[in-house]
Amino acid sequence: MKKIRVLVAKVGLDGHDRGAKVIARFLRDAGFEVIYTGLHRTPQEVAMAAVQEDVDVVGISLHSGAHMTLVPKVINYIKEYGGDPDEIVILVGGIIPEDEFEELKAKGVDGIFIPGTPIAEIIEFIKEMVPKKKKKAKIKKTT
Amino acid sequence: MEVDEIIEGIFSGNKRALARAITYVENDYPEGKEILKRIYSKTGKAHIVGLTGFPGVGKSTIVSKLTQEFRKRDKKIGIIAVDPGSPFTGGALLGDRLRMDGFDSSKPLWIDPGVFFRSMSSRGRAGGLAAKTGDVARLMDAFGFDIILIETVGAGQSEVDIIEVADTSIVIMMPETGDEIQMHKAGILEIGDIYVVNKADLGGAEKTEKWLKTMLMMDQETVSLLEKTTHRDESLVESGKIYEVLHKKGWMPPVILTIAERGKGIKELADAIEEHFKFLKSSNLIVEKRKRRMSRELFDLIMDEIKKELTAGKLNYKEIVDKVVKNELDPHTAAEMLVKKMLG
Repeated sequence: MKKIRVLVAKVGLDGHDRGAKVIARFLRDAGFEVIYTGLHRTPQEVAMAAVQEDVDVVGISLHSGAHMTLVPKVINYIKEYGGDPDEIVILVGGIIPEDEFEELKAKGVDGIFIPGTPIAEIIEFIKEMVPKKKKKAKIKKTT
Repeated sequence: MEVDEIIEGIFSGNKRALARAITYVENDYPEGKEILKRIYSKTGKAHIVGLTGFPGVGKSTIVSKLTQEFRKRDKKIGIIAVDPGSPFTGGALLGDRLRMDGFDSSKPLWIDPGVFFRSMSSRGRAGGLAAKTGDVARLMDAFGFDIILIETVGAGQSEVDIIEVADTSIVIMMPETGDEIQMHKAGILEIGDIYVVNKADLGGAEKTEKWLKTMLMMDQETVSLLEKTTHRDESLVESGKIYEVLHKKGWMPPVILTIAERGKGIKELADAIEEHFKFLKSSNLIVEKRKRRMSRELFDLIMDEIKKELTAGKLNYKEIVDKVVKNELDPHTAAEMLVKKMLG
């Protein structure tokens, strides 16, 4: 069976990576192959890493408040580099105000996880969403 | 992506196509095999360089700095970074990208159009590489990279698989990791075409360098000794392993001191890598090396095909196993019978 590959990324001027590291560690223990980008990456860099690593999931951690600007940029650059955001599960984690959830989702984010989310919930979400999105993208392509 | 689209993409410099091809190959999809078959005629040009050493010795940092140096020399670089996959959960944390800071350290190297970086999990395999590392290197070769850098799992003493894939193997050490006897232990310290003592600003680097050089001088003695002796292990000669020692004839592996984080010694290391490739080509050892490697690989592939054929059911393999268990047939006769039928 194909292993689920996850890119855990920190974007922009935000040095809070404890959350991203903890998530990376637990996703590893859930049997995923996790690639961590390190701090202070630009949207281009995250998108290019996602394309080269051919990941199934991109998880972006943000504590800077710039999620509305940076997250859509990552998604657009994935497209620009030839990737298909339709078949990649896009997750956002960190300090995200609840009243912005809908807007983020409208911009292509599949799941938002704020502090206090049980890890098991994230793992289950990924396991469920990866095949679902792949299937959807395939149908979209053939029609 | 369809196979045709991927192959066209690989030949026209589409990184997305290369990335997808690697996924197919890594996961043993039938598409992966198809791609490997169709790109094979375009491989064999790249210089494959392996880097190995203990965890934390500076492999990723050296890969990063070497990439910068080779980019200055106008070489296109493919990088495969292998990290350990858990034998318990199957998961992996692939963290080699962290060290890939670029020229001005504000832009990572993988944004450079002449660089492609892929992390691989060893998926629980011992030996320092993932099972498909060699095939992934082949994809990068067909894509047109001049040099392919393969970073192994942080290796201990006996992870020597890299010599099965790389043309040039680099063993990276650092000061104060043991005494003189460590240098003479069999395994990883026998395989280097180039040796590096990284973190040379730490105390004891000269001592490590001296020990390494002494060890290497004795290696040269071994080469001439093995040619004369009749007591060498014939099974090793058969498998071609001993060749990896013998091929050092005519090449004295250099020992290079580096402080990778500050870029010290990297130019010298890049020179040595190019020098070794020249040596392999001028001495024609590269042909011999690849011939032996291919013969081993072909053997493995044939065994895989035979296994597939057996389990496919046409030969009544299961029934024959049952007969052997019931003592109605002995295993040697059974094996001979099966092979005859297969060749039939």
